[in-house]
Amino acid sequence: MSLTTLLVLADGRLPAGGHAHSGGLEAAVSSGRVRGMADLDGFLQGRLATAGVVTASFAAAACADPQRWRDLDAGLDARTPSPALRKASRAQGRALMRAGRILWPVPALDRPAAQRIAPHHPVVLGAVAHGAGLVPRDAAVAAAYGTLTGPATAGVRLLGLDPFGAHALLAGLAGACDRIADEAAARAGDPVDTLPAAGAPLLDIGAEQHATWEVRLFAS
Amino acid sequence: MVQHPEAQAPGPATDAVRHSHGPGIAGQQPVVHAHGPDEVPHTHPDPAVDPHEPLLHGPRALRVGIGGPVGSGKTALVAALCRALGTRLRLAVVTNDIYTTEDADFLLRNGVLPAERIRAVETGCCPHTAIRDDISANLDAVEDLESSLGPLDLVLVESGGDNLTATFSKGLIDRQIFVVDVAGGDKVPRKGGPGVTTADLLVINKTDLAPLVGADLSVMDRDARARRGELPTVFLSLTQDRAATPVADWIRTLVAGSQHATTG
Repeated sequence: MSLTTLLVLADGRLPAGGHAHSGGLEAAVSSGRVRGMADLDGFLQGRLATAGVVTASFAAAACADPQRWRDLDAGLDARTPSPALRKASRAQGRALMRAGRILWPVPALDRPAAQRIAPHHPVVLGAVAHGAGLVPRDAAVAAAYGTLTGPATAGVRLLGLDPFGAHALLAGLAGACDRIADEAAARAGDPVDTLPAAGAPLLDIGAEQHATWEVRLFAS
Repeated sequence: MVQHPEAQAPGPATDAVRHSHGPGIAGQQPVVHAHGPDEVPHTHPDPAVDPHEPLLHGPRALRVGIGGPVGSGKTALVAALCRALGTRLRLAVVTNDIYTTEDADFLLRNGVLPAERIRAVETGCCPHTAIRDDISANLDAVEDLESSLGPLDLVLVESGGDNLTATFSKGLIDRQIFVVDVAGGDKVPRKGGPGVTTADLLVINKTDLAPLVGADLSVMDRDARARRGELPTVFLSLTQDRAATPVADWIRTLVAGSQHATTG
């Protein structure tokens, strides 16, 4: 593996559409559940323990065997009860598929791209990581960390939080991301049905409400 | 090539005049110019050449970006262009502005453009990111419009209101229009910034307000020429010219040229 390649893939400045997604934070801010740095800390921990675990597991599995993308994609549909979140995941998958296939050869995504099918974001992330020559643990760590950076920067933009403080929260969660990535890599070959299925009902409900707003600043 | 958009931000007028980053000096020697005391001297080896790959040419719509500061009249210009061009050209609009159902209803009620021809893109509080650094959502919107409506002649991409440094990526659009207004102050063209200096067309809007806000149009014209070299600038008052005639004419010429280029 190349550490620099992993940095390219995990860089928040990778033009893959992520900047317009708050990971549910815009809805949480609007409903008053996240008001300050301590709330953001709790939000990030909850997101990592749910979406982070699932995303890391599916990214690792897709990286281990990108040909499994259809099964993994169906498995993520089953784990995403909110239609709005499914749409957001596929929109980010589409954007990463465009970016990733320009950066590296990703044969496993040639067919979905040609058929204009957008797999879920974690599946695309794993397949792109494979194409970039990375290993499942790399894909998992990029996935787990990626579930945090969106809401952390959205907190800075929506609440005017201190950006150093928000990034300090990310630094504090590095160890947790590493542990989640280890576990995801260890189980990368497991059948889809036995992969993690942690859910966050409040994020699902928030996403559904958010999708009905007349004016929103983030896509999800 | 050294890129330093910050250095083109509004600065002291004396220093600003010595900058010449815009096109219009192709073929000349690399330009060395003085910068402020806290800046590293550098050259622009080929300032008239865009470093980006051109968009793939093919049977697709011409894409024109419309950017400019908040309140300069971008949405009104888009509406005027839809009125002027919508009956003759297959047209769609992607808007990065905060877009309400009232906006959609307004366009619909005035017969400007049916709702299925307009897509709104969320920009995550960063309008310039969505049109320049990460154009994914805008590309998706353009592709979705083309796939749902069939072949189009023209897609207008309206940016969210931003500042003078916001420009569109060449990966998203073919040509860009930058809209400023006289009420924003007649110094805006002199301040420059990439929007004013490099846009393919500069529109100075709301000329009817000039006497009310004490703006000198001749100063704006002179400064725009100094900033933009050969690139065109038009003055516009949408209250007096509801069809935005000079802008619509400019776009008609572009569309005719691009269709000639792809078929011929």
